[in-house]
Amino acid sequence: MAAPVPSLGEPFHRPLTHLEVKLEANRCLYCYDAPCMNACPTHIDVASFIAKIAAGNLAGSARVIMDANPMGASCARVCPTDQLCEGACVYRKDDTPIRIGDLQRYAVDAAMRDGTRLFEAGAPTGHTVAIVGGGPAGLSAARDLRRMGHAVTIFEAREMLGGLNTYGIVPFRLPIETALWEAEQVVELGAEVRTNVRVGRDLAMDALLAEYDAVVLACGMGGVPQIGIPGEDLAGVWDALEFIEQAKLGRDVGALGSRIAVIGAGNTAIDALTCSRRIARQASGGGEARVTMYYRRGERQMSAYGFEYDFAKQEGIEFRFFCAPARILGEGGRVKAIEFVRTRLETSEGGEAAVPVSGTEFVEPIDTVVRAIGQSRLVETFDRLGIAHDGGVVRVDESLQTTRPGVYAAGDCIFAKGTREAMVVEAAEQGKRAARSIDTYLRGGA
Amino acid sequence: MADLRSNLAGIASPNPFWLASAPPTNSGYQVMRAFEAGWGGVVWKTLGTPIVNVTSRFAGMNYKQNKMVAMNNIELITDRPLDENLSEIAKCKRAFPDRAIVASLMEACERDAWRELVKRVQEVDIDGFELNFGCPHGMSERGMGAAVGQHPDLIARVTEWVVEASRVPVIVKLTPNVTDIRFPARAAARGGAHAVSMINTINSIMGVDVETWNPIPHVDGKSSHGGYCGPAVKPIALNMVNDCARDPEVGIPISGIGGVETWQDVVEFLLLGASNVQVCTAVMHHGFRIVEELADGLNRYLDARGIRSVAEIVGGAANRITSWNNLNLNYKIVARIDQSACIHCNKCYIACEDAAHQCIDRVRQPGGSTNLVVDEGHCVGCNLCSMVCPVDECIEMVRVDTGRPAQSWKERAAAMGEVG
Ligand SMILES: Cc1cc2nc3c(=O)[nH]c(=O)nc-3n(C[C@H](O)[C@H](O)[C@H](O)COP(=O)(O)OP(=O)(O)OC[C@H]3O[C@@H](n4cnc5c(N)ncnc54)[C@H](O)[C@@H]3O)c2cc1C
Ligand SMILES: Cc1cc2nc3c(=O)[nH]c(=O)nc-3n(C[C@H](O)[C@H](O)[C@H](O)COP(=O)(O)O)c2cc1C
Ligand code: SF4
Ligand code: SF4
Ligand code: SF4
Repeated sequence: MAAPVPSLGEPFHRPLTHLEVKLEANRCLYCYDAPCMNACPTHIDVASFIAKIAAGNLAGSARVIMDANPMGASCARVCPTDQLCEGACVYRKDDTPIRIGDLQRYAVDAAMRDGTRLFEAGAPTGHTVAIVGGGPAGLSAARDLRRMGHAVTIFEAREMLGGLNTYGIVPFRLPIETALWEAEQVVELGAEVRTNVRVGRDLAMDALLAEYDAVVLACGMGGVPQIGIPGEDLAGVWDALEFIEQAKLGRDVGALGSRIAVIGAGNTAIDALTCSRRIARQASGGGEARVTMYYRRGERQMSAYGFEYDFAKQEGIEFRFFCAPARILGEGGRVKAIEFVRTRLETSEGGEAAVPVSGTEFVEPIDTVVRAIGQSRLVETFDRLGIAHDGGVVRVDESLQTTRPGVYAAGDCIFAKGTREAMVVEAAEQGKRAARSIDTYLRGGA
Repeated sequence: MADLRSNLAGIASPNPFWLASAPPTNSGYQVMRAFEAGWGGVVWKTLGTPIVNVTSRFAGMNYKQNKMVAMNNIELITDRPLDENLSEIAKCKRAFPDRAIVASLMEACERDAWRELVKRVQEVDIDGFELNFGCPHGMSERGMGAAVGQHPDLIARVTEWVVEASRVPVIVKLTPNVTDIRFPARAAARGGAHAVSMINTINSIMGVDVETWNPIPHVDGKSSHGGYCGPAVKPIALNMVNDCARDPEVGIPISGIGGVETWQDVVEFLLLGASNVQVCTAVMHHGFRIVEELADGLNRYLDARGIRSVAEIVGGAANRITSWNNLNLNYKIVARIDQSACIHCNKCYIACEDAAHQCIDRVRQPGGSTNLVVDEGHCVGCNLCSMVCPVDECIEMVRVDTGRPAQSWKERAAAMGEVG
C-alpha cells in the first residue's frame, strides 16, 4: 500500500448510514430477472446482493458483487448509475430508484474493512498469459484468468497498479486505497506483477508471445492531446491527467493563482475543475479561486454526466459555453491570459460542428490552464506492437481477439468514441470477456 | 356523525374502543391519559396477589423494515398492591364517569379466594369483571390463567363462583392455546358469564440470538415461552371470535381482541361478531393517541354507508363464514394485469411459475420490453400473483362466467350420489 495521500476534502458522495442501508435494502423488491441486473454491463445480480445486505450477510453480498465485477469497489463510487442499474430500477417510474451504487459500496467497504478473502485461484492449467496494463481492464482479465487457473503476469508501465482508478479519478470521488485494494485482490490470487515495464519500449510483443501462451492488451489511452494553439508550452499549462495525478499523489502542483481555466467538457474536465478549485482554495486558505470551464459547444453537448455537472456546479465552478481558445498569452514564460473566440454550432452532414465567429475574440486574464479535451490514442504503441488499429482504437473481433492470434484487447484501448464516455465498468466487463475467450482459446489449443 | 356508543353485556361505553388488560392499563396515571385521549373503556391490568416480574420481558417480531408486526411477553399480572390499584380505579372512575372500567382478576382455584377478591374489588365503583383465564406463562405454571382456561370444567366452576358474588357483569377472557375455542367459551356461558373476550396471547418463543444462542428475550441466558400478540395474530383472533359468534351454545356477547390497530381492524372484528374491541400492542407501539383515528375512521366509514350506529354492524358478516363444503365450486376468477401500472419486477411471473400454476408468460414486445400476460384458461384464480405484486391494483382478480349454476361440494356429492 502506498503512503496515505490527501483526499482533498469532503468525499463527493458520503456513504450511507446503517439506518439508510437497512431502509434501502429492505425497500428493494427482489425482482426476478431484474432490470437493474440487465442494465449493469457486468450483470451484477443486484437483487441477490441487496437481499444479502438485508439479511446481514455482508461478506456474501460482497462476493456476489465482486464475482461479477472485479472493479466492484470503484464502480460503486464512479459508475454513472443513473444511466445504468439505477436508471433501470423498477422504482424509476416513481423516480425513487433503489440506491444500488451506495448499497454496493456499503457491502464492498465491509469486505475491504474486514479483510474478507473472496476468491481462490483455480487449479493450475499450465498455461501462461501476459497482461499489458494493470488498469481496470487488465486487472479484471487477470483476476478471472487466475480463477480459471492460468498463470498470469501483469506488465504495468507505472509504479502502481490500478490505471486511471489509481492515478486519474480525483481522490474525493475514488480514493487511491480503494483502487489499490482491488488490485491487491488480484495479486493475492497469485498474479505476478512487473511494474515500471512499458511494453513496446522495454519489451517487444514478439518476446511476450515467445514466452506466454496469450496476451491481453489493456493499456488504455494516452495523455491529453495538445489543443493545437500557440502558447501551450508556457509554464502553467497542464495536461489534466498529469494535474490530477500530481494532486492525487499529494505532490505539489505549485502556485495555481486565482484564475484557472479548464478547456473541455467531459469527465476529465469535471475532475480537473473540481480538483483544481479545491487545491487553489486550500492553497489560499479558503480564499476565492475562479475556476472556469470553457467549452466550444453548448451545455447540451457536454459529454460529462448530469451528476458530474451538478457536482461541479455545487463546487462553485463557472461555465462558459460557445467559446474556443485561440491562443494562450504569456509573460516571462508563464501563462497570463487566454484569447478566446466565440463559436456557434453549424449542422453539416457530419453532425454539429462548432465554428469560430470572426470578430468575436476576447481576452480573459488566466493564471493556470488545464487541457481536458479527452485522451490521445496510443497509435505509436500499437504500431510498434504490430497490432492493427483504427486511429489508435485496437481492432478486435467478437471474442475481443486482435488481428494477431492469441492477442486480445480490452478496456479503453478498444473504446471507440460513441454515445457514452469510456467507463470503468465497461473495462471490467471486457476484461472478463477477454479472459473467457482466452480460456476457450487455450483449452481448445491444448 | 354515527352513534359510536357500545354496550357489552350491559357495560356501556361511549365508543367500542377499550384498552385490554396489559401494560397500558397498569396505573391510574396511564388510564387517565387514555381517557383523555378518548378511549371508551379499559380493562385494568390483572389484579390478584401481587407478583414479582423479571426484567427483559418483551420481544418484537419485525418483518424487514416493519417493526413489531407482533410481539411477545413474559410479564405477569400486576406487581402493585391491590389497595393502590383500587384507589386509583376509584379516582379514574370519578374523573371519567361515562367510561367503562372493568377489573381483570386472577386468583388461585379456590372459591373463597375468588369471592374475597371479587368482594374487595367491587367496593370501588367498577363496571364489570374480566376473569383472566388466559395468561399463558408463569401464572399458568401456578395453576392460574391458561391452566384454568384450558379446562372447560374449571372455567365453568370459577365463573360460577364469581358470578354468584358479583354485582356487575362478568366477562371471561379466553386463551387461544386450545384446539377448539368453542369448548372453553361454552363452559364460560354455562358458568353464567355475561360475555367472553378473546384472544389472550398465543404460546410463543420469539427467537434465538444466533450469535449468543440466548433465547429472545432472555433472562440471564434463559427464557420461558411467552405470549404472542400484535397485528400478526389478528387472523387467528378473527377466526376464534367468529367461531364463538356462530355457536348457539356460546350465545353471549364477545369482546374481540388480537392485533387491532386500525379502524378497518375494528370493523372486521365487529362484522365477524364482536360487540367491541380491546387493544394492547398497537398502543404499546404508538401510544394512546391512535384512538382518535380509530374513532374518526370508523365514523366516516359508518357515515359514508349511511349506518347510524356501530351496533348495527355487529355480526353483519358473521354468517359469511361457513364450512368449505358450502362454497360454490362454479365461481371462477382469474388474474388480469393492468399493463400501464406494471413496473416489470417479474414477481408475479416467478411466483406463478414456481409456486402456482405456470400461467403467466413474459411476452416480448416489439420495443424490446416484456409484458406479463396471464393465460386465463389455465389460471386457477389462486390470487398469489396479486398478493406478491408491489403495485396496488395492478393485478385485479376478475370474475369470469363459467356458465354453470352455483354448486357446492355438498350439493355435488349429493347429486353424484343420486346418479351413482
Ligand atoms: C479524469 C477521469 C475521470 C473518469 N471518471 C470516470 C467515472 O466517473 N466513471 C467511470 O466509469 N469511468 C471514468 N473514467 C474512465 C475510466 O477511468 C476508464 O474507462 C478506465 O480506467 C479504463 O480502464 P483501462 O484498464 O482500459 O485503462 P487505464 O485505466 O487507462 O489503464 C491502463 C493501464 O495500462 C498501463 N499502460 C499503458 N501503456 C502501457 C504499456 N505500453 N505497457 C505497460 N503498461 C501500459 C497504464 O499505465 C495504465 O495503468 C474517468 C477517466 C478519467 C481520465
Ligand atoms: C397454500 C398452502 C397449502 C398447504 N397445504 C399443505 C398440505 O397439503 N399438507 C401439509 O402438511 N401442510 C400444508 N400446508 C402447511 C405448510 O406445509 C406449512 O406447515 C405452513 O405453511 C407453515 O409454514 P410457513 O410459515 O413457512 O408457511 C400448506 C400451506 C399453504 C400456504
Ligand atoms: S430493479 Fe430495483 S427493486 Fe428491483 S431488484 Fe433491482 S434494485 Fe431491487
Ligand atoms: S391467480 Fe394464481 S394461477 Fe392465476 S396467474 Fe395468478 S398466480 Fe397464477
Ligand atoms: S408483480 Fe405486478 S408490477 Fe411486477 S411484473 Fe407482475 S404485474 Fe408487473
